Amino acid sequence: MGNNRRTFLKAAGISALGIGTAPVFNLFASSKPAATKLTPEFSQKKSALPAKHWGMVIDTRKFKSKEDLEPVIEVCNSIHNIPHHEEKNHEIKWIWEEEYEHAFTDAENKYINEKAKHLPFLVLCNHCENPPCVRACPTKATFKREDGIVLMDFHRCIGCRFCMAACPYGSRSFNFRDPRPAIEHQNPNFPTRMKGVVEKCNFCAERLAVGKLPACVEASKGAIAFGDLDDPNSTVRKLLEANYSVRRKPSLGTEPSVYYII
Amino acid sequence: MLENALKGNKNYWTWIVFLLVIISIGALCYLKQFTFGLGITGMSRDVSWGFYIAQFTFLVGVAAGGVMLVLPYYLHDFKVFGKITVLGEFLAIAAVCMCLMFILADLGQPMRGLNVMIHPTPGSILFWDMIVLNGYLFLNVIVGWNVLEAERNSVPAAKWVKPFIYLSIPWAFGIHTVTAFLYCGLPGRHFWLTAILAPRFLASAFAAGPSFLILLCFILKKVTDFDPGKEAIQTLAKIVTYAIIANVFFLVCEVFVAFYSNIPGHIVHLKYLFAGIHGHGALVPWMWASIVFMLISIVLLVNPVTRSNETTLGIACTVLFIGTWIDKGLGMISGGFVPSPLHHVTEYIPTIPEILISLSVWATGFLIITVLFKIAINVKEEVAA
Repeated sequence: MGNNRRTFLKAAGISALGIGTAPVFNLFASSKPAATKLTPEFSQKKSALPAKHWGMVIDTRKFKSKEDLEPVIEVCNSIHNIPHHEEKNHEIKWIWEEEYEHAFTDAENKYINEKAKHLPFLVLCNHCENPPCVRACPTKATFKREDGIVLMDFHRCIGCRFCMAACPYGSRSFNFRDPRPAIEHQNPNFPTRMKGVVEKCNFCAERLAVGKLPACVEASKGAIAFGDLDDPNSTVRKLLEANYSVRRKPSLGTEPSVYYII
Repeated sequence: MLENALKGNKNYWTWIVFLLVIISIGALCYLKQFTFGLGITGMSRDVSWGFYIAQFTFLVGVAAGGVMLVLPYYLHDFKVFGKITVLGEFLAIAAVCMCLMFILADLGQPMRGLNVMIHPTPGSILFWDMIVLNGYLFLNVIVGWNVLEAERNSVPAAKWVKPFIYLSIPWAFGIHTVTAFLYCGLPGRHFWLTAILAPRFLASAFAAGPSFLILLCFILKKVTDFDPGKEAIQTLAKIVTYAIIANVFFLVCEVFVAFYSNIPGHIVHLKYLFAGIHGHGALVPWMWASIVFMLISIVLLVNPVTRSNETTLGIACTVLFIGTWIDKGLGMISGGFVPSPLHHVTEYIPTIPEILISLSVWATGFLIITVLFKIAINVKEEVAA
């Protein structure tokens, strides 16, 4: 009897070992072909706009009033499925307007002329060269692409909001509640988000990929330029060469890619 | 040893049931938060961290405070602490558990929490915080449990435990340093952008942690036959005295740098906390209460007469604990977010569900403390008998 039980246990043990190791062996057996098969191809579409370092130049002289900014902000809100929450604590903003003293907190001036004081300035994610948000993110849910665009992976974000604490420009928003009921007309070509994740301006990466300029640039009637900062012949570089420009909080070393012609 | 937690008198069970009730209320609120989102809290786009993260920060300090027993006992062979060192370790376990629960409560997508391990990102301080907190929990569970078990069997603790004990000492400093690094490495948040933040956190930790332990010892003395010994309490009180003085000194350093340099970005947060700006000053009475409490505790602790009297020492430890809690658990986080980087003043006031969830995490911590202390005291009584 005892002997019987021992053989049974032995057999059971060996088969358990077999079950346990089978997936490991399978893995070894198939690792090579599977790896080549599964590697996705990251080829850009031929129509995609290429650049080494995307940048934006906002000519603030061409925005005279709030009415001039509205279509620019509106087009972004509608194509990116940005919800409109009544409660201010829950608001989501990608591109919005701020007064001079709030946009350029380092360059306050008591005697600034009335016009500049109340002129609305467009603010958005600066797509910094040294983005503090990317440094802070514990899951790489926010990352900088090779072309300089700082992007979000809404499916990886755990909603810790470290990036929001890290961003010196207040450019990030958190979905404090389900955004979907608060979207007036959903654009089926861009993902909606879920509650509990952070989001921000993406420099219209989805449009650049199919050869279109960012929506705000298109809607600005020439007041916003977009192009490759690494290319000395690009429109943005030519504008920066011909005009005096500033960036927000340059002393922090984040190296924003959004420039303002004053 | 766990069976000790299942035997207790009526008072013990009443206390346990009371804690369970608070935990359940908070759990229901959390269910609401889980389905609706963090919108049920008072947090906003401008103040994106609130009560949860503040409690987490404060409790990391309480956890690190346990080292003020472990270090003298194991490194300096200070035998007086022998009876209560395990209590320090068990307090650390409860405090770290609360920290982890507060972080989980604060996540927008808690189900994705493991992404921190699936996609490890050594560049992020939060990744390291996850490592040091879990590591500290692990170290204290191993050390506390094994040392207590050895005590129960009246044998010296196993040799292999020693390296873990020694490792737990720098590790305790590490957890609070890393927690400070979460804040002090962020550009554009001038309130936190100070090299003294980690030392300041440690000072308040070594004041709040041991003072809480003194209070717990007083309670144990009342409800059980356990006596930690006068010398142990008095030595702990001296450690608390130095630590709270260091904490207030560091605060004075911060105030000097901000106001003498006259740099607006540094001044404005202190102004918000202690005077209010643009008519917003919800925290002003709290912050002044914190200062008054810490100063009262210093007066009572520095004076040898009031320090050696158990009643006044109890008062000192209570006001100190409340004072440091306000300083870190209320002012430290809000103060950094108000005003916002764009100089808007959005105030933060926690909501009722948010407070109830926080209370339930505290209650869970107290439940862990109760159970672990019950085990430790029973073992000590068993050995003494």
